[in-house]
Amino acid sequence: MTVQIAGVASTEFGEHPDSSTRELFTDAALEALADASLTPGDVDELYAGNFIGDLIDDQAHVGAMAADYLGARQAASMRTESACASASSAARSGAQAIMAGDADVALVGGVERMYAAGIQEVTDALANAADNEYENKAGLTFPGIYALMAQVYLDEFDVSQEDLAEVAVKNYENGVTNPLAQRQEETSVERVLDSPPVATPLNLGDCCPITDGASAAVLVSNSFTEEHGIETEVSFEGSGQSTDSLALQDRPDLARTRAAERAADQAYDSAGIAPEDVDVVELHDCFTIAEVLAVESLGFFERGEGVRGAVEGETAVNGRIPVNTSGGLLAKGHPVGATGVAQLVEITKQLEGRHPNQVDDSTIGLTHTVGGSGASCVVNVLRAGGE
Amino acid sequence: MQRWFIDFAERIDDGDPIYLACEECGQAALPPRTVCPECSSRALEERSLSETATVTAATTIYSSTPRYADETPYTIVVATFEEGVRLTGQLRGADEVERGDDVLLDAESDGDGHWLVTFTPST
Repeated sequence: MTVQIAGVASTEFGEHPDSSTRELFTDAALEALADASLTPGDVDELYAGNFIGDLIDDQAHVGAMAADYLGARQAASMRTESACASASSAARSGAQAIMAGDADVALVGGVERMYAAGIQEVTDALANAADNEYENKAGLTFPGIYALMAQVYLDEFDVSQEDLAEVAVKNYENGVTNPLAQRQEETSVERVLDSPPVATPLNLGDCCPITDGASAAVLVSNSFTEEHGIETEVSFEGSGQSTDSLALQDRPDLARTRAAERAADQAYDSAGIAPEDVDVVELHDCFTIAEVLAVESLGFFERGEGVRGAVEGETAVNGRIPVNTSGGLLAKGHPVGATGVAQLVEITKQLEGRHPNQVDDSTIGLTHTVGGSGASCVVNVLRAGGE
Repeated sequence: MQRWFIDFAERIDDGDPIYLACEECGQAALPPRTVCPECSSRALEERSLSETATVTAATTIYSSTPRYADETPYTIVVATFEEGVRLTGQLRGADEVERGDDVLLDAESDGDGHWLVTFTPST
């Protein structure tokens, strides 16, 4: 345990028409620093996840912008971009900087503003995570990519659209009590099945919303907590990241996310744990099928059995392995470049015992964030019991 | 579009599609690779690709990007060739296909430099 989590915060997720990328990031970062009893002047390194800012806002160089507007110009700053896993890469990079001895305080976070653009423009921008020539230019959208994965999965494992919809029902139910969630309402299998088709077999109710929002976390070294008398309750325990083919078509099994399997193995090894040690999980449910594939990649279910989590309640807040107690991407919302740290914020609150959907006796938590259709995956492990 | 994709699509359009085969491990891949994605060998050889493939997955798209927004719904197919590669393309000549159906490979150009892989049911 060489990296502690001293403070976390997320903005409300949803529509922020009067805010901006720089203001949203600053809001989350200041709240996380206040949670840590630190100031912008304490930050040594800043990593800001952002995916489509240069396409939606014509603004790249987000690391410098974030540090400048936070009042942390002394910091080394950088944008991290791994598509929808951008912020998880930010968290991993910040932790690595501390573990390497290069920083005592790393501000890690992410921000995305999506509502300002129309749905077609956002769909176009998100498609940049796929293979431009082989996928986007052929008219394959992101929901379309996951729909292809879903079709193979449903066919090979005799799973129904009703089963998949149960993932949305569970996560929406969790979102009801999360004050920061974009969708604080329940849904039903019927509502999901009756919602408009987006890419068969996925309907609108199977898809996460587009979201404005930002999240931030303050990571600090053990020596910094000792020198400054800072008390922490959660440590950043381990991490893994891996890669798969950029295009879905180049994978031997379309319904299997090998980058996630490799990232999970690395993360478990680095934290010295096994899947059965994990108490609470925030994972990348950008679509209902994505949660099913994720729980299998992480080793919580055998191949073909992941949907049992939602259908039989094993992934409910009081289940065997609680998944997405925040509402997940489906209900909490998915500001793509912020999501990985938003997940880390939720897990930190669980391990500190202050989550609105508190899981009893949770000691080890995990975040799983996917970039693109699975070409990138980052898994981060947190543990209760700080310094 | 990138030059390599135009070259790839034009070979399909000419009835002479190609793929890359690794001479070290036998892995099949698509251009423009320099390195075998499985064994890192650089011994990749250009070989002829079949013009018939089998549908591995298909989805009908109802919400799309500005380029294709006026063409919804349309169907995207991922088809597998006996050589071991898969390609993604738009379905022509039918509204839908099933997994396991045979399809014929083709390519379309809009005359303005944009190329598109297409599949048509073979029966």
